[in-house]
Amino acid sequence: MTYAIEVANLRKKFPQFQLVDVSFQLPTGTIMGFVGENGAGKTSTIKYLLNLLQKDSGEVKLFGLDHVEHDIAIKEQIGVVFDDLYVPETLNATQINHILEKIYANWDEAYYVELLKRFKIPIKKPIKQLSRGMRMKLSIAMALAHHPKLLILDEPTSGLDPIVRDEILDLFMEFMQDEDNSILFSTHITSDLEKIADYITFIHEGEIVFSKNKDELLYDYGIWKGTVEQSKELPEHAKVRMRKNAFGIEILVNRKEVNKAFHLDKPSIEDIMLFFVKGAYV
Amino acid sequence: MDIKLSNASDKPIYEQITEQIKQAIITGKLTPGDPLPSIRNLARELKISVMTTKRAYSDLERDGFIVTFAGKGSFVAERNQEFLREELLRQVEDHLNKAVQIAKISGIHGKELLDLLSLLIEEELE
Repeated sequence: MTYAIEVANLRKKFPQFQLVDVSFQLPTGTIMGFVGENGAGKTSTIKYLLNLLQKDSGEVKLFGLDHVEHDIAIKEQIGVVFDDLYVPETLNATQINHILEKIYANWDEAYYVELLKRFKIPIKKPIKQLSRGMRMKLSIAMALAHHPKLLILDEPTSGLDPIVRDEILDLFMEFMQDEDNSILFSTHITSDLEKIADYITFIHEGEIVFSKNKDELLYDYGIWKGTVEQSKELPEHAKVRMRKNAFGIEILVNRKEVNKAFHLDKPSIEDIMLFFVKGAYV
Repeated sequence: MDIKLSNASDKPIYEQITEQIKQAIITGKLTPGDPLPSIRNLARELKISVMTTKRAYSDLERDGFIVTFAGKGSFVAERNQEFLREELLRQVEDHLNKAVQIAKISGIHGKELLDLLSLLIEEELE
């Protein structure tokens, strides 16, 4: 198997925060959701992928190449979308075309124009007059028009309405029709990921809590609800984390270890995140 | 081919896909040699992950319902009655197993369970 992204034991100490041995791998041809609360280290990690910050130690490779040594070659192959469009506000979509065609060797003007048309982005309006949805769509068109092999997306759908989000997810699925393409998708709108992600990597306080196949994650865990007394019937080794409230107890369990007669709810990615961050060990 | 996915279902998405494709094959809606959509195309249309559709197809292949040729895609396999029977038998076993588990928890004895099953068989099959 080849990997679009390989991060191994990435370490960095900031004054207020640190990344501790961050490790994960994104197999080529798949979509990885990168989740965690605000300030957990998602954007910092992404900045290392893009070689924007200097690490203390560890290894970061994209397409099997070291991210510092092969900086330019890698950047020709990746498209990046941040949570907003960070270009001078007075430029319009046409002017951006003229700038980017000089930056990327593979810039495909025809494809860029096609994307603008499809998204109905006005080509002469300065960016400052565009709605948030339009800015994000333009940002995505800019990220795709040099035919990258890897998309790195940092909160691309936050603050967007469901219709625009659906259009954008559609475009990502279209991108994934080429099996050499991969996506790293950081977000806290986990419902988007529940649909399209192949892997989920969860970061909390600068550490990776898990990096797993999404189907395994969602189907291997179940949520049991009941009273403290009833919970004693569950096998101890099946319990992963628990949350108590005034009226009962909820336990995240390994489905396989629990008798099928117990009713278990299907967890969402959000539920699992909450159990791991807020839940207590059993 | 119609595929309907439900989030409310207890069944994993890949299982919902395999079940519906199996059903279509068993009932003759899909016939041997019929092409299936590609893994990536199916994922895109259903807006689900590629790994999920890949898993569904590899389960179908394992169970002998479809065959995949590199570079050409997946097709409904030549109908094999033995396979179909085995598949249905597996489904029956699954359901019986569930009944046994519930009986175990509620303290229903084996004898009682067998009596109940005999009664049901009498009503339905004979």
